[in-house]
Amino acid sequence: MGRETCKLTMVKAINLALHQEMERDDDVIVLGEDVGVDEGVFRVTEGLLKKFGEQRVIDTPLAEGAIVGMAIGMAIYGLKPIPEMQFSGFAFQAFHQVENHAARYRARTRGRYHIQMVLRMPYGGGVRALEHHSESEEAYYAHTPGLKIVIPSGPRSARALMVSAIRDPDPVVFFEPKALYHAVKEEVPDTEETWPIGRARVSREGTDLTLIAYGAMLHKCLEVADRVKAEDAADVEVIDLLSVSPMDTETIAASVRKTGRAVVAHEAQRTCGVGAEVMARIVESAFLQLEAPVRRVTAPDIVYPGFARERGWLPDVEQVLRAVRETLTF
Amino acid sequence: MMENGSRKPHKKGADVPRKTLDLPVVEYLSILDADGHVESELDPQIPPEDLKRLYRTFLLARRFDERMLRLQRQGRIGTFGPTRGHEAAVLGSVYALRQTDWLVPYYREWPAYMWRGWPLDNLVLYYAGFAEGMRVPDANRDLPLCIPIASQLPHAVGLAYAARYKGEDSVTLTYFGDGASSHGDCQEAMNFAGVFQVPLVFLCLNNQWAISLPRVKQTRARTIAQKAIAYGFPGIQVDGNDLLAVYVATKEAVDRARQGGGPTLVETVTYRLSLHTTADDPTKYRSEDEVKAWEAKEPLPRFRRYLEAKGLVTDQVDAEIEAEVDAEIRAAIERAEARMDPNLMDVFEHVYAEPPAEFLAQRKELARHLAESGDARAS
Repeated sequence: MGRETCKLTMVKAINLALHQEMERDDDVIVLGEDVGVDEGVFRVTEGLLKKFGEQRVIDTPLAEGAIVGMAIGMAIYGLKPIPEMQFSGFAFQAFHQVENHAARYRARTRGRYHIQMVLRMPYGGGVRALEHHSESEEAYYAHTPGLKIVIPSGPRSARALMVSAIRDPDPVVFFEPKALYHAVKEEVPDTEETWPIGRARVSREGTDLTLIAYGAMLHKCLEVADRVKAEDAADVEVIDLLSVSPMDTETIAASVRKTGRAVVAHEAQRTCGVGAEVMARIVESAFLQLEAPVRRVTAPDIVYPGFARERGWLPDVEQVLRAVRETLTF
Repeated sequence: MMENGSRKPHKKGADVPRKTLDLPVVEYLSILDADGHVESELDPQIPPEDLKRLYRTFLLARRFDERMLRLQRQGRIGTFGPTRGHEAAVLGSVYALRQTDWLVPYYREWPAYMWRGWPLDNLVLYYAGFAEGMRVPDANRDLPLCIPIASQLPHAVGLAYAARYKGEDSVTLTYFGDGASSHGDCQEAMNFAGVFQVPLVFLCLNNQWAISLPRVKQTRARTIAQKAIAYGFPGIQVDGNDLLAVYVATKEAVDRARQGGGPTLVETVTYRLSLHTTADDPTKYRSEDEVKAWEAKEPLPRFRRYLEAKGLVTDQVDAEIEAEVDAEIRAAIERAEARMDPNLMDVFEHVYAEPPAEFLAQRKELARHLAESGDARAS
């Protein structure tokens, strides 16, 4: 009597989570630009308006600050809003609401109110988009106490983490790697599945080096591990962070203590990126086991370019491979 | 275009027929004038018990305000934002609410908290830097003070929406200043409120000053009330030093909201008789003459005269109330100072529902540091 599964894209997987959670709990509300009648510019909110009506699936006027602010007000009351930012680049027009309020309300009111909210946004590059439609902004949020930052790497993790995020009593910022929206299909069980926020996953076991990634970079890193196995006869352990904050130090540390070598890879710019935080935690927890300096593979410290040159920004398989090989042979 | 490429000259003035668009008007309401006289037909006939309670709360707020300024100068509390002169606008409006309605303040309406039953010591605690002072009492449907200007307004929209969604007939009352009326969050919130027709009353405390910027430089609009027209709902301007007018206008707006008629903007025209906060020096940007002129119109004497005419206040009653509120304030300060828990480890409370592992590790780190340095007490 197995669970029914089918292969879903990430869009369909998130959509499944939204449908099921809205069915389960009347207090779950979706709001944002074009989420209702248009079903979302990426179709993530497909079918929701038809099933749940316009009081629960709200096409808002064009104002990110008010979308998040209104969601905060709903959450203060006790509803469970899921505001959408159409692209992560536009979330900065709401960022003051996230930092000044969503992240602080529980502490400010000593627990009298809390913000059970999932702020969803498509993020990341590699899709030949206009300016502001390709960036990776997770570090801005990760530095804000009181938030949780979740970044799935595929349909199954997206669905399972979205369910956890919706049920989490604290505000979760949910970054959806748009490059993966349709690129990958995975088995996703129809019955509900939740993965705990704050736990990383070992995507591929290995003994010679720990390669840490999240989002779309995970797939490049898995490809790197395959090539290193085939060409260098070394086993790379790949860790899918899944949760940027809280970050799973334990899983990272256990792996690096085992392998003695570590590389972290992400799309976002280098300076003060999440990679820096991963490196700091590795040094704090596994210094004596390190056989080589910890390396990071990231975009350079430049603004995301016009898409004709986005290859010059996004780290590719070759760059990660080079860093892994240099670390293996240090 | 004419042959040589130039435009045909436009017709001028009366030759060009124009339509006048039929847009809403903005009304102005005043009932209790600066001398304490009332047009009897306009008198809202507030029950005497409520008038007495309003007067007592007014005096409590006024004396507490004075006391808090002194506490700040003594270094016993931090920066404080006084409310002198705003009491009629705040109390007249909050009086229109039921206890089950929602209150979304910014930071100058704590007399509204008093009206709704907050322990006074909470305010002293808060301004002394103890976060627990803002732990809204469980029985209160109030939000905490909000410092980032206008950012509470979208919250009020969401709150009102949620209450209606859950089938309540509660109304939300939210406050903001003339300065806040310029902010993006204010425009966005009012626009959303109009679109969603939420049961919400926007109450502008137009006290003529946003720190050092006078009202005329804040916006070219003749009134703030008229901004409601832009967002599709009524706006009304009232004499903010007239508790009766404030009450009547707010009550009308609250009733409209409760009956499904959507939001209203009530602009109360008043004056910031004191400083923006204790960190401010108004002598740098405004004249004493102006302040004096507004002192002459301030809300307390006219309200007192009104109550005197009704036989509800006498010199004797005044003296009794003053003594009572003085004792109440003293007791609150004492209680607050007794509640000032020096435990530094409190900083780790209430950040997450379930503290993550790294968070707990950092808490342990601080605990160890404090134990080793023998320094666990708050300053």
